[in-house]
Amino acid sequence: MYGLSLNVRAAILSCLILIVGLLVWEAAIPAQKAVGELTEYERLTGGGQPKAGVPPPSQVIVKAWEQLSDPFYDAGPNDKGIGIQIGYSIYRVLTGYFLAAAVAIPLGFLIGMSPIAYKALNPFIQVLRPISPLAWMPLALFIIGDSEASAIFVIFICSIWPMLINTAFGVAGVREDWVNVARTHELGALKTAFMVILPAAAPTIVTGMRISIGIAWLVIVAAEMLVGGTGIGYYVWNEWNNLDLTSVVFSILMIGVVGMFLDSMFAYLQRRVTYVE
Amino acid sequence: MKPYLSIENLTQTFPDGAGGDLTVFENSSFGVEKGEFVVILGHSGCGKSTIMNILAGLAEPTSGVVVMDGQEVKGPSLDRGVVFQNYSLLPWLSTLKNVSFGVAARHPEWTKAQVAEHSTKFLAMVGLEGDVIRRKPSQLSGGMRQRVSIARAFANHPKLLLLDEPFGALDALTRGTIQDELLKIWGQMEQTVFMITHDIDEAILLADRILLMTNGPKARVAESVEITIPRPRYRTEIVEHPNYYAIRNHLVQFLGKRSKEMAGQQSEPGQSNRPTTVRIDKTDPQDDPEDKRPALRAVNS
Repeated sequence: MYGLSLNVRAAILSCLILIVGLLVWEAAIPAQKAVGELTEYERLTGGGQPKAGVPPPSQVIVKAWEQLSDPFYDAGPNDKGIGIQIGYSIYRVLTGYFLAAAVAIPLGFLIGMSPIAYKALNPFIQVLRPISPLAWMPLALFIIGDSEASAIFVIFICSIWPMLINTAFGVAGVREDWVNVARTHELGALKTAFMVILPAAAPTIVTGMRISIGIAWLVIVAAEMLVGGTGIGYYVWNEWNNLDLTSVVFSILMIGVVGMFLDSMFAYLQRRVTYVE
Repeated sequence: MKPYLSIENLTQTFPDGAGGDLTVFENSSFGVEKGEFVVILGHSGCGKSTIMNILAGLAEPTSGVVVMDGQEVKGPSLDRGVVFQNYSLLPWLSTLKNVSFGVAARHPEWTKAQVAEHSTKFLAMVGLEGDVIRRKPSQLSGGMRQRVSIARAFANHPKLLLLDEPFGALDALTRGTIQDELLKIWGQMEQTVFMITHDIDEAILLADRILLMTNGPKARVAESVEITIPRPRYRTEIVEHPNYYAIRNHLVQFLGKRSKEMAGQQSEPGQSNRPTTVRIDKTDPQDDPEDKRPALRAVNS
């Protein structure tokens, strides 16, 4: 065992935890009650249906196989493949997120460069930042009038703050020596911004971008539960309404996998821009 | 005839934090000739670094002007290269890129290949060759980083090179090696250099002239000591030169005693504020001790 590398040993341990966890889960699910034993309430709420209980992992795996082998089928508004649903969610997240980045990064630059802009805008940022993004939803639905665009707006508003604050913080913290190097080499404002300040602040900015994409992915599920129609959040809620808990558990796992994928993209970007002083 | 670089009646005051003003230095005037290596010595707080920043154009004096080559110094310029004490390399760029971005800024009309070739040449002049120039500054030792910084400054052929305690953060052995390299590259380039240091021996080894500052506040450049030791100088040989200890003693005396006594005094009323030129030369027959003349002659210039 000790001859193996740390990574291999960790991987073996991970697999063991997974297997033990699944077995415990499988064993913990009680067998379905026979219809005769059900109370009236249970019968009314569908307790007698085979899908009603929390599913054992074996069922989830079967469901996952079934869904993932045909992720893009489209059989009407309430029955689309998991791939389509996730695709909608990612599209909304990325649209709102990149709109936010397009606003937050230049604005953060300005705030970081100018102490007066920082002081003037700080109270607004501090008041707007702690507002739960979903609290904007009614206002967004009223003003924008379109549920799709409202969901994108909610993503925009939740992902703007970490990027804005981190960009301002990173830009304000660029070492004066480096700026002086740019000045003594007569670099213009634009060149200084792109050749010195941006790379110097990049690790902080990308950290903000990584926090933002994480929050955006958290929020899209809740937002789609509210606006409905399409998306992984709607899918979870729809399957709950169908009392298809197997699909709920499967989609919960898919939300985690996609979130991990989005985060690891930014982790990679973070490694690329990090420098050692 | 004005010197190449002329500093005239430079005064710098800062708020002292208690509502008043603190005058760091007052009415300082001195000049630097083209191709000259001038070192400024003085205690902490006499405003050496402030003078350096003003010469670099990174700070503005409260009053007074700096004129270089007939033009008033306003703001930073590629004509005045700076080597900072903490190297100030950009850590996300490779060693070569740290030099070449400066070269590209100096010569926007050059091709990439020309810029790279020129940068590589100057890195080689300070002993950085081969694989090393692809490394990031964090992968270099302190001495190597300062070499990069020196190469970056020399590669731009500035009219004036400003060195702000460039060896302050280095150990004594590394410092010696890089001083030698600096002397070598300076000898090839006929570069005008203005340097700050705390190290008397370093000053004597490198300088044509040493400017001595009185203690602050209200400091001024009081003396200009000519280093009458011929070049090329080698650290092992200059200590044998008859002038070495005479000059060294003069500097030690000034920094140890007279810089304090003269603190806050202006030069004689009605006289110029230029530093008194001091020339110590034991090899000059006129300065023969038999002649009973003082070894130290003060000449106002």
